[in-house]
Amino acid sequence: MATISEKILAAKSGRKKVEPGEIVEAEVDYVMVNDVTGLPAFEVFEKFNAQPIREKVVLIPDHYVPNKDIASAEQAKAMREFAKKYKLQNYFEVGRAGVCHQHMIEQGFVAPGRLIIGADSHTCSHGALGAFSTGVGSTEAASAMALGKLWFKVPETQKFVINGKPGKYVMGKDIILHIIGDIGVDGALYKAMEFYGSTIELLSLADRISISNMAVEAGAKTGIISPDKKVFDYLKGRVRGKYRPVYADKNAEYAETFTYEASDIPCTVARPFLPSNTAPARELGGVSIDQAYLGSCTNGRIEDIRMAAKILKGRKVHKNVRMIVVPASKQIFEQAMKEGLIKILMDANAYVSGPTCGACLGGYMGVLASGERCISSTNRNFVGRMGHKKSEVYLANPAVVAASAVTGRITDPGELKK
Amino acid sequence: MKIKGRVWRFGDNIDTDQIIPAEYLVTGDSEELAKHAFEKVRPEFAGKVRKGDIIVAGKNFGCGSSREHAARALVGSGVACVAAASFARIFFRNSINISLPLVECVVDAEDGDEIEIDFGRGSIEVNGRHFAFKPLPKFLQNLLGSGGLIEYTQRKLGRKAHELASQA
Repeated sequence: MATISEKILAAKSGRKKVEPGEIVEAEVDYVMVNDVTGLPAFEVFEKFNAQPIREKVVLIPDHYVPNKDIASAEQAKAMREFAKKYKLQNYFEVGRAGVCHQHMIEQGFVAPGRLIIGADSHTCSHGALGAFSTGVGSTEAASAMALGKLWFKVPETQKFVINGKPGKYVMGKDIILHIIGDIGVDGALYKAMEFYGSTIELLSLADRISISNMAVEAGAKTGIISPDKKVFDYLKGRVRGKYRPVYADKNAEYAETFTYEASDIPCTVARPFLPSNTAPARELGGVSIDQAYLGSCTNGRIEDIRMAAKILKGRKVHKNVRMIVVPASKQIFEQAMKEGLIKILMDANAYVSGPTCGACLGGYMGVLASGERCISSTNRNFVGRMGHKKSEVYLANPAVVAASAVTGRITDPGELKK
Repeated sequence: MKIKGRVWRFGDNIDTDQIIPAEYLVTGDSEELAKHAFEKVRPEFAGKVRKGDIIVAGKNFGCGSSREHAARALVGSGVACVAAASFARIFFRNSINISLPLVECVVDAEDGDEIEIDFGRGSIEVNGRHFAFKPLPKFLQNLLGSGGLIEYTQRKLGRKAHELASQA
């Protein structure tokens, strides 16, 4: 009796059944690389003297585009030329796309039951739609472009059950931060996480993607949510090709089961320098900030921008704070303009930029100086992650980021004066 | 196979941003990346590391970003093996795929200690003390021992081309 991961890996390797710990070679549906991981993959690919399996390859520049310097310009150029040389249709130029995982979902590459690999660790985001998706390296991305297959160790699966109605400003981000705070940054090492419960069913697709996105921060191979009507509705008119949802058997065997009550989960912040170093936002009111960052594959969706705009409407960003807003894709940016959200954010003195991974990984567009502190809707707060090794990143949901931008210190939005 | 080397000791949760900071992810070249290995956390590493040195670390080594640049930076630094209590999975895959040997083992060792790793017997000796580890699964041993995933892919592609030719 099998979990979702076991079933997808079995189906994709032409087997009836696979066991955790086994190594299988499985057919991948898509292999994605970005501008940073692409170049090393292309260099490896050229050694094969082969043709790529065109329909499976997806190229999305997002980390350092628009080019931040000459070296990144050369990297972006290498991707463009690779796409041209091998006549790859699924190359997405600046101005057409956005952060790779969001773009993969918007463009209908992601669907339940699929096996997707990406040379970016947050590829696990796609699990929110019921896919088995996982981050890989550049060499294996190149190998999969040539063979259409890759080796996988079948992971054990952990089950996470979250029940009840979350608090007013509690989002998917808080749920996953709370879980990582509980099990640690290696709490799901080598394993697949599956998320269930009435809370998950209540959550928007955007909130679910935040949860799956950060599965890797607990060490997991993937973070999967059973697909439901919200997923099927989203995919209508969007999905490429056919798909077949995969569900776990009722008596599937899980390595462990964890249960949480949503009402026990407050707005949660991960302090430096690990995503597991969590505390309730309301207990960190003494921590002042220099920058507030809203964006990334974790929390740069329209729902996130709506939440921030709701809090910032009629308010101003604190005089000591720079607030940076980076919609995760062109579609999201357009939607935010249509709804008047960009105007609200700009009226509050937030700086709004086009989509890029940029500052999340300390690339550009908001890098931190020595001693600076940022409250960020991103996924990692490692030493030097967003800039100088003596800068600090506090991870939070978009509502906490916006509320903190207003007060200049870490703030639970529930504490803002009406 | 046996190797002997000098220890660089690291703690738990050494993430790939520490191994190679994102601002240097503008090349895939191992030697170029090696110049910035551990730059933010151990600035002396790049200058003092010698070919054949061995990293000994705690749990969850290589967590975070999928950047293969991290494993490549270690190869470029001349690191012969990483022995850690556990590895983050993408770093683990990347290392095996590019033939950087890894050993999952809790080892008691300090900077500068001499360490000997016997891959065949699954044992490590340092300061007269012995530590046992479980060898990698056969598939991964073969991958590691036969030039990594590049050669593996080339062999498979060769076979595919051969099959196509014989069908024609």
